[in-house]
Amino acid sequence: MIALLQSLRIRGGIHVNEHKQATAGLPIDDSFPLPKRLYIPLQQHVGKPAEPVVRVGDTVFKGQLLAHSQGLISAPVHAPSSGTVADIAEYPAPHPSALPIRTVFLDTDGTDTVQSGESATDPFTLEPEEISLRVASAGVVGLGGATFPSAVKLNLGRQNKIHTLLINGGECEPYLTCDDRLMQENAAEIVDGIRIMLHGMETGRAMVGIEDNKPEALKAMRTAANFHPNIEICKIPTRYPMGWDRQLIRYLTGREVPAGGRATDVGVLMHNVATAYAIHQAIRYGRPLIDRVVTVAGGAVANPKNVRVPIGTLISEVLVFCGADKTRTGRWVMGGPMMGEALPFADVPVVKATSGVLALTGSEVKQGEEQPCIRCARCISVCPAGLLPVDMANRIRNNRLEAAVDIGLKDCISCGSCSYVCPSNIPLVHYFKFAAGELAARQQAKHKSEQTSKLIDERNKRMERIEKQKAEELAQARAAKEQSEKADTTI
Amino acid sequence: MFSKTLRISSSPHINKGVGVDVIMRNVVYALLPVAAFAVYAFGINALLVILTSLIACVLTEHLLNKFSNRPSTIADGSAVITGLLLGLTLPPIFPLWMTFIGGVLAIALGKFVFGGLGYNAFNPALVGRAILQAAFPVAITTWHPAFLADRFTRVSESVLTFPFAKPVVDGISGATPLSAFKFDQVTTESADLALGLVSGSIGETSSVLIALGGLYLIARKMMNWRIPVAILGSVYVLSGILYWINPEIYPSPEFMLFSGGLMLGAVFMATDMVGSPITSLGVVIYGIFIGLLVVVIRIWGGLPEGVMYAILLGNALSPHIDRLIRPRVYGT
Repeated sequence: MIALLQSLRIRGGIHVNEHKQATAGLPIDDSFPLPKRLYIPLQQHVGKPAEPVVRVGDTVFKGQLLAHSQGLISAPVHAPSSGTVADIAEYPAPHPSALPIRTVFLDTDGTDTVQSGESATDPFTLEPEEISLRVASAGVVGLGGATFPSAVKLNLGRQNKIHTLLINGGECEPYLTCDDRLMQENAAEIVDGIRIMLHGMETGRAMVGIEDNKPEALKAMRTAANFHPNIEICKIPTRYPMGWDRQLIRYLTGREVPAGGRATDVGVLMHNVATAYAIHQAIRYGRPLIDRVVTVAGGAVANPKNVRVPIGTLISEVLVFCGADKTRTGRWVMGGPMMGEALPFADVPVVKATSGVLALTGSEVKQGEEQPCIRCARCISVCPAGLLPVDMANRIRNNRLEAAVDIGLKDCISCGSCSYVCPSNIPLVHYFKFAAGELAARQQAKHKSEQTSKLIDERNKRMERIEKQKAEELAQARAAKEQSEKADTTI
Repeated sequence: MFSKTLRISSSPHINKGVGVDVIMRNVVYALLPVAAFAVYAFGINALLVILTSLIACVLTEHLLNKFSNRPSTIADGSAVITGLLLGLTLPPIFPLWMTFIGGVLAIALGKFVFGGLGYNAFNPALVGRAILQAAFPVAITTWHPAFLADRFTRVSESVLTFPFAKPVVDGISGATPLSAFKFDQVTTESADLALGLVSGSIGETSSVLIALGGLYLIARKMMNWRIPVAILGSVYVLSGILYWINPEIYPSPEFMLFSGGLMLGAVFMATDMVGSPITSLGVVIYGIFIGLLVVVIRIWGGLPEGVMYAILLGNALSPHIDRLIRPRVYGT
């Protein structure tokens, strides 16, 4: 009965062919050979890029700080292995644009030398603030895909006195199984990470949501959380995008985060299971975030599996390791097929956000020409945010971006459910992303022109003042001269 | 370095693979049993009318695209549906030349002038039928009994009327249950109505097969079930109330449900996605509006049947419904 009531809380969403069976049953492969060179971008997180603290030619140990965080929202970057810094230069980012970003080139020496012995600490003797500091210095970011610095979130949770920590084990993207495998193999470590987070946020209770298509992970997590009554493992229905934090919040707590608000407004905060694992590693052993589990899958991959790879490994090397056939590949995707980014070429590095690397064949990739909308309203019935994708797209097409914002463009989460079901192949998400980018650019241009006119105004005022001053000085000088002349004549 | 075979596009990178053509094809599948039963009931005349309507619609769509230098859109299957639906709404001995004109105008004025598929404000088949009703009021109300013994062998003279000539009405013609009720106060057995063992337009006689076709489309999620449910529900409730007030002058709700074009209209025409609202609440309002209009026209209007006008008016209303009804955005 409760389950039935809860299922009414799910709005929209789609059933997608999961394609998870190929990798969900295989253990995480730890045998990936250390690459000769690693490419470590300095921006792998939301916020300001990290600032390098090493110089070209420096020898670094595994886990040594390469670049420190700058500003309030940022994250440091560490050396994934030992070796020499070959260069600090621009290198294409794992992004559809493949625009170059600042990257540390690290030539590995093959020894994986760690600076000092790992120190084990009891996290529960530490002050909560200290947990945040250590998480921050380990460079842990949200590994569910958002890559928001985790320490900032922990502080938010502590400051806002949240009542429940929610842990996202939904992994609703098709193909991806890295979180599933991590839960199956490292459930105890994840639960430990959750306990550390609870301590760090001074929160009493945690709920872990795991989709019911991962029975093994559910079992492992339940066993691991058995002796911790404050950590509840919840089975959630398999329905994309169940892993959207707000969908999961509504399902687990029955409350909706106000539009434009934060999860903390309803007293909760959400972290990913892989983030919990990374926090466990960082606090228990002082290990920074330097590697991650990546699902390698897709029709063009001969041996799909989950691989643990160092950050900075080229995606092309990971693909070769799993037997991807380049000639059969129709598209490379970083992340899942619903929200991941298409890559124009595969020689870009694995970053902290890389949950998956897909080599999809031409027949797997969405195709077909765009046709007129027949107003079937499928996009509306699947939208988890309650938007009208068809109307938003029409307004954007007519360049009425503000009108699209009026009907909720800013509430769109780009989950892609609408594009997925559209029988007319209308690239709805493309329109929304375009509009969002265009609006941001306009905002920026407006800001810039305002600044410029402000500067011009100021300059005009300044010039006026100077003129006036000059005139006054001149008048004064004249008056003085006249006076002295008068004086002269009177003498 | 960049691969030429790889295309970059925005996420998502996969799709469901159910295109417009797949949806249209399934609607055709759902209509086929209805058409087959109609041919069984009315014989070769009905077959000729349906085929003429089909050919007229598909040919018009093709030629209009060709003359306006657009890619042909007959492959999307929507013209086939219009042709089938128009044929099914006509009397079984409707002259073929009139049928042809109806098909041409359905596509040209009902769809093409608005901009083609997706832009037609009204159901094209009903636009075609409305024009025919205005132009040929006698021919379109000349009914023909079902299950005549010679229905597979004899082509009616009326059907083969020479273009632009007045049709010759055969000696035998039958009143529909609705006109019999309206003008002669004769009611027909509900069971006969449901099974389609009565006279009427070609495809509006077998409610059972229409409902099965609708259930098929609903099961395949290619039809919004709320529309037929709202229409039929409101017709049932309103006519039920009237019947309860005075069963002497008002027909029973069952008779209202299964007679005339209500089933065909509610299941296959009001559900045209282009002309119906886009929100769940919107389609319910739309359905109730149509249902109430059907009852009002049938009982108090001058015509025995009002489904066509009710749906066309519903189509006209739906953009306004869409403007008013919006789903609730998460967190608001």
